[in-house]
Amino acid sequence: MSQLGPAPTELDVRAREALAELLLSVADDEFIIGFWDSEWTGIAPMLEEDVATSSIAQDEIGHARALYELLASVTDDDADRIAFGRAPGDYRHAALLNHARGDWAFSVARRWLYETADAVRLAALAGSAWEPLASLAAKMRREETYHRMHVDTWLRRLADGSPEVRARLAEALERLWPDAQEIFTPLAGEEELARHGLLPEPMRALHASWLSQVRPVLALIVPDLPAATPSIEGRTRRTDDFTWRHGQFTMVVRSDVGASW
Amino acid sequence: MAQTPEQRVWDALAAIPDPEIPAISLVDLGVIGSVEVAEDRVRVELLPTFVGCPAIDVMRQQIAERLADLGVASRVEVDVSFATPWTSERISPAGRERLRRSGFAPPVTSVADGLDELAVLPIAECPYCGSRNTTLENPFGPTLCRAIYHCADCRQPFEQMKRV
Repeated sequence: MSQLGPAPTELDVRAREALAELLLSVADDEFIIGFWDSEWTGIAPMLEEDVATSSIAQDEIGHARALYELLASVTDDDADRIAFGRAPGDYRHAALLNHARGDWAFSVARRWLYETADAVRLAALAGSAWEPLASLAAKMRREETYHRMHVDTWLRRLADGSPEVRARLAEALERLWPDAQEIFTPLAGEEELARHGLLPEPMRALHASWLSQVRPVLALIVPDLPAATPSIEGRTRRTDDFTWRHGQFTMVVRSDVGASW
Repeated sequence: MAQTPEQRVWDALAAIPDPEIPAISLVDLGVIGSVEVAEDRVRVELLPTFVGCPAIDVMRQQIAERLADLGVASRVEVDVSFATPWTSERISPAGRERLRRSGFAPPVTSVADGLDELAVLPIAECPYCGSRNTTLENPFGPTLCRAIYHCADCRQPFEQMKRV
């Protein structure tokens, strides 16, 4: 894809860097959850779910691609290089996406936490003063409606399941809870984003909004979730699971560096 | 009266089939946002149905080739854009009819703005017998833009082009 919009050349360097940081964090989130979920292709609990999870994973990687294109237009880079050409330590996804896919309950728990947070974030991005980002976010929101409906159905189904199913779901939610907060880790240069209206609401406000939505639902499954806040290194901590995942998704690119496919 | 260059471009685009559902053209699908013909170049704005649609590159290539053959301008630019979001309301009446005849239920239309859970409630009209006695089997189908339904009256599974 090309020319999703003009590079915001009217912004000063600091604002451009902050915008790049924002785009990278959202793009990496979508990219990495897309890869984890794509692992269910062929091994989901039932055939219909195989199709659904694969389709959702494809959506997410497609969203990542469009966001990397926007980022490339800001930093004068190449979307493929950004997606596949970085070392594991240079990715900026939230710690929630550091974990391997786990069992089905774990994947549902993570996706539910992610989709609810992503919806809050996308609503804010749709109000961005930078039109290419606002229009892309608006388009993505329409697609994410299906994702939320899907994962919400699964969460409710598992929550109504046998004691073992309920226990697995609760355990997964409890384990992922602290890392889910990191979706709202404050970004470097957030004041710049606010000043130019690039991100109309600070991460702290988005986090509060998300908590007020998810807490009542989670309370029915895990009664005593602790208070949790995003940490400074919420988007820089990396794990062995992710290093392995990175090795997988860069394997083909690394097999012949610089090749034209 | 001689056709304008713009009209010739639109006609050419109307002859390009959608790569995933060839019964419908790119124009009837509503993915052509705008066409501009300047002295030496023609610019086509392409609106993807889904952000991650893997057919985008094929569409771009087909548009570029077809318009290069047309000879209205020496340069052809195909820009993918989300400035005007593609929605299922962009499918033309003729396009909806062609979808139906190929066994795809056209997306449900509604005057409601936006897209919330209510808007994607499972309603589809069976393209084979016209019944609304249908159930959503899976909101995710063989491509990003299709959902799977079953008709309780004629007992036929079918796909719907998703409302988005």
